[in-house]
Amino acid sequence: MGNMIKVGMADMNYCHAPDAITTLGLGSCVGVVLYDPNTKIAGLVHIMLPDSTKIKNNENCAKFADTGIDEMVKRVVEAGASRAALKSKIAGGAQMFAFSSENDLLRVGARNVEAVKEKLAQLRIPILAEDTGNSYGRTIEFYPETGELLIKAVGKSTYKI
Amino acid sequence: MAKLELDAMDVVQYDVLKEIGNIGAGNATTALATMLQVKVDMKVPKVALLDFQELPEILGGAENIIVGILLTLSGNIDGMMMFVLERDAAHSMVNMLMGQDVPLDAEFSEMEASALQEIGNIITGAYLSSLSNLTQMSINASIPYIAIDMAGAILSVPAIEFGKIGDKALLIQTEFGEKDTQVNGFFILIPTLDSYNAILTSLGL
Repeated sequence: MGNMIKVGMADMNYCHAPDAITTLGLGSCVGVVLYDPNTKIAGLVHIMLPDSTKIKNNENCAKFADTGIDEMVKRVVEAGASRAALKSKIAGGAQMFAFSSENDLLRVGARNVEAVKEKLAQLRIPILAEDTGNSYGRTIEFYPETGELLIKAVGKSTYKI
Repeated sequence: MAKLELDAMDVVQYDVLKEIGNIGAGNATTALATMLQVKVDMKVPKVALLDFQELPEILGGAENIIVGILLTLSGNIDGMMMFVLERDAAHSMVNMLMGQDVPLDAEFSEMEASALQEIGNIITGAYLSSLSNLTQMSINASIPYIAIDMAGAILSVPAIEFGKIGDKALLIQTEFGEKDTQVNGFFILIPTLDSYNAILTSLGL
């Protein structure tokens, strides 16, 4: 067994098999895994907000869907992954509290997921699997060795996508 | 007035925010003790400026399962107020209130969840009305929303709000009760940066 590399909120990192990479307690944030199945290199970015251009204080690129995914692509390619072979899996973007839906601030989970998908489509990186939305938090673990994304949620048995 | 900068708060600003936690949580703890008819102690409030990564640690780590009751604030003070309980404590408080004896590790029924929301409503109301009296500012709170989930996931909601202005969250946190007793948890007041300034100004700082 390899090591488990932790990624915090608004943070990113990558790993090589047999190591795995995880982020704990994703709520309305989205965990985006980018990996190359051949070299078995995987990056994970824990994004909080959809769009860096709408925010003044945007130095931390890992915080946003647009800049976070760009930076993650750059880093996994530098680490030896093939840009053309990159695939993705995504999870998170829950609506943690049952707010009335017209409240824009609180649909941020759904907006994060939309922004991530848009960015990945623009970069032509296919999304092989996703587990997004709903109203519960998720802990995710990605194993580059097998390409499996393990998802744990409260009161549910662990599942793979 | 000295404008509040997240990274350069002075001692006076810090103390004033702590005192707000003290007064607000003091009233809220009294309301809670009255409602449950038990004695509830309160700790000294903490004013903490935290990186997002550190945020779940205040509630026992990202995967710790908690009950979070959240109200959004508007009016002169914008932001959020949270009332957080460990799952066991939430159960024992509901048991006390409803005169029942449900096991502490059970799922929460709809009735129990709504009792928790109401507890949250009453005691955050006590917190906010004392804050409102103190500052002479009007504060409108939303209805209470409840989530029972991992601390990291629940805290992502206020963290995202702070994420829009920076990479840190400033919160006023007060713990009540003793760990591993029947009644314990946290009040967390998370105003926006502008609202912090408004609060300090209203108090003549």
